Amino acid sequence: MRQSRAIDVSTGLFVLLGLVAIVFLVTQISNREFSLTETSFRLKAQYENIGGLKVGAPVKMAGVTIGRVEDISYDMKLLKAIVTMRIDKRYNEIPNDSDASIFTAGLLGGQYIGVSPGGSEEYFKDGDQFQFVQDAIVLENLISKYLFSQADKAAADKNSSAGASATAEPAPAPKE
Amino acid sequence: MALLRELVAGMRDFLANAGAMSRFFARVLVISPSGFLRPRLIVDQVYNAGALSLAIIMTSGLFVGMVMGLQGHDLLARIGSEESLGIGAALTLLKELGPVVTALLFAGRAGTALASEIGLMRATDQLSAMEIMAVDPMRRVVLPRFLGGVISMPLLVAIFVAISIYGVQLIGVQYFGIDQGQFWSEMRSSVEIEDVREGLIKGFVFGVACSLIAVYEGYNADPTAEGVGRATTRTVVISAVSTLVLDYIVTAILL
Amino acid sequence: MNQASPAAGPGSGADTRNIAALHGVHYAVDDKVVFDGLDIEIRRGEVTAIMGPSGTGKTTLLRLITGQIRADAGSVIVDGLDVAKLPMRDLYALRRRMGMLFQNGALFTDIDVFENVAFPLREHARLPERLVRTLVLTKLHAVGLRGAAHLLPQQLSGGMARRVALARSIVMDPDILIYDEPFAGLDPISMGVVMRLIRSLNDALGISSIVVTHDVQEISHIADVSYILSEGRVMASGSPTELRDHPSPLVHQFIEGLADGPVPFHYPAPDYREQLLAQHEGA
Repeated sequence: MRQSRAIDVSTGLFVLLGLVAIVFLVTQISNREFSLTETSFRLKAQYENIGGLKVGAPVKMAGVTIGRVEDISYDMKLLKAIVTMRIDKRYNEIPNDSDASIFTAGLLGGQYIGVSPGGSEEYFKDGDQFQFVQDAIVLENLISKYLFSQADKAAADKNSSAGASATAEPAPAPKE
Repeated sequence: MALLRELVAGMRDFLANAGAMSRFFARVLVISPSGFLRPRLIVDQVYNAGALSLAIIMTSGLFVGMVMGLQGHDLLARIGSEESLGIGAALTLLKELGPVVTALLFAGRAGTALASEIGLMRATDQLSAMEIMAVDPMRRVVLPRFLGGVISMPLLVAIFVAISIYGVQLIGVQYFGIDQGQFWSEMRSSVEIEDVREGLIKGFVFGVACSLIAVYEGYNADPTAEGVGRATTRTVVISAVSTLVLDYIVTAILL
Repeated sequence: MNQASPAAGPGSGADTRNIAALHGVHYAVDDKVVFDGLDIEIRRGEVTAIMGPSGTGKTTLLRLITGQIRADAGSVIVDGLDVAKLPMRDLYALRRRMGMLFQNGALFTDIDVFENVAFPLREHARLPERLVRTLVLTKLHAVGLRGAAHLLPQQLSGGMARRVALARSIVMDPDILIYDEPFAGLDPISMGVVMRLIRSLNDALGISSIVVTHDVQEISHIADVSYILSEGRVMASGSPTELRDHPSPLVHQFIEGLADGPVPFHYPAPDYREQLLAQHEGA
C-alpha cells in the first residue's frame, strides 16, 4: 500500500508537470495572451499599405516592445488599413504627436510598428489615433521603382545619343 | 530471381503482420472504454510509461534545446537576424523535433519496457495463468499499458518542448546575449496556438502508434528468452520507422 | 454455488461419474499430428495422472480441457459442457471453477505473494478487505507459506513458488485442479511436499485433480488412475499397480525408465559403420 502511494505521488507530479508545460506553451510561447487585456489601452493608426504586418506583431518604442497589434481591418470608406494596437499601461505617457511607422526586423524578419516620440506635452489616451504614420516599405515596390528609374535613364541616354524614337517597344530592359 | 522471390515473401510477411496488428488494434479500441473503469491500473501504467521516462525526456530536451541555440544562432547570425532564434527554435521544436524525438525516446525507454514485460509474462505463462483464472489478459494487461502510454505521450511532448525552449533561451539569451524581451516577444508574435495544437496532436498519434506496437510485440512474442529479446528489438525498429512515416502523414494533413 | 449456477445448469447432472471426458479427439499443429483419436475420462474426486514421453502433447491436452485451444475433431466435455462450443462468457464462467498450476508457477512477478493469491478474488469479486485477508491467509496456511505473504516471487525457491501458485489456484474453491508438471525441477523434499499437497487438497476440498507429469515413481504414490499417452493415443490406462503389470513392452520401458526399448535410444540414422567409412573415403 505504501508503495502504491509513492506511485500515485510521482504519477501526479508527472501529470501536473505535463499540464504546466502545456499551459506554458499556450500562454508563454504562442501569441494567446490573457494578462495584457486588463492593463493596457488601445491606439489606432491608418495606413495606405501595411505590407506584411500581422496581428500579434510587436509595437516598439526606441526598440522596446510596448505593446502588440491587436487587430487589422480595412476601412471601405477611407480605403485604408486600420491597425489597432494594445499598449501596456506602463507606457501611458506617449506624446500625442508621435508617429507610427511600419518597419521590418532584419532583412527578412517579421514586421513591427516603431513609434518615434514627438514633442507634444499631451499624451495619448485610450482610443486615440496616430496622426503621423509611415507605410510599410514593400520590397517589390522599391525594386520596381528602382528598375523604372533605371529604364527611364537608359531610354533618356539612348534618345539623346542616337536620336532614335522612343516607341511603344519597351527599352531593352535594364542591364542592371 | 531469388531476390525477387525473397522480396515477394518479405512483402507477404509485412502484409500479414500489418493485418494481424490491425486486428489487434481494433480489438484494443473496442475494449478501450472499459479500461477507464479501473483507473488504478491506468495510473500505474502512466507511472511506468510517463513518470519513469521523465528524467530521460528532460535531460534530452535540455540538450536538444541547447544545441538548437548554438546551431540556430550560428545560422541566423550569417543573415543577420539573430533575434529570430526564438521563432525558429519554438516552431521547429513544437511542430517537428519535440514530438518526433520524444516518440523515439519513448519507444526506446517505455516501449521496450512494455514489450519485454508483456513478453516475459507470456514466456512465464503469466498470461495463460490469467486466462485460466477467467481474467482476460487483453483487458487486464494490454489495455491499461496501452492507455497509460497514450496518456503519457502528449504530456511528455509538452514537457520536452518546454524544457528545450528553456535550453534555447539559455544559449541564445544567457550566452549570446540576445535581448531577453525580444527573444520571447518575437517568439510569441509568430507562434500560433495552432502550432501548439499540432505538436500535441502529433504526440497523441505517436503515443498511440508506439504504445500499440510495444504491447503488440510483447503480447505476440515467442515464449522464449530469445523471443522476448527479438520483440523488444522489433518494438524499437518498428516504432521508429512508424513515427517518421506517421510524422509525414500527419504533417501533410495538418498543414 | 457452482451446482446452482445457470451456466452449469444443462450439464451438471448429466454425468455424475466423470467431471471431464475427451472422446475421439484429433488435434494437429500445421502438419504435425498431436492427437489422433484420444479417449480419456477424468472421474470426480479422483487424482488422474496423464503420463507419456516428452513431446506427446501433454500440455496441449491441458489447453484443450481449459478451452484455450479447440480440437479439430472429437469432443471435450467438462462438467457436462462441450468446451469447444461454449461462447466466451460461459467458457470464462467454467474456467472460474478450474484451477491450474503451471510448470514454473507463473506467479505475477510485480506483486507480492499475498497479492498473487488475492488476485483472482480481487478480479472476480468485490469483497471487503478483511474477508480477502482471511481467505488468502487460510490458503497460504494450507500450503504452509503464511509467513511468506510479504515476499516477492523472485525471493522464493522453486518449490515455494509452486506452493504459492497452488494456493492461488485454490483460492476460488475450484471443482477441478489441473497440474502441469508439478514436480519438474524440484528437490526431493519440495517434491514430497507438493506430492502430499496434491493428494490432501484433492481429498480435503473434494475436488478432482488432473496431473500431467513424467515422474512415474512420484505420481504412482498418489494417483488413482493413470493414462500413458504415446503417438497421439492412449497407450495404457489403469491404477498404478495395473500399469506395473502391463504386458506392453513400451509401458514397461516407460514405467521402469529404461534407456532402450520400443522407444529407441538412437534417433533414426543410417548404418553407423557405413557412415563412418563413407566419411573416411570422402576425405
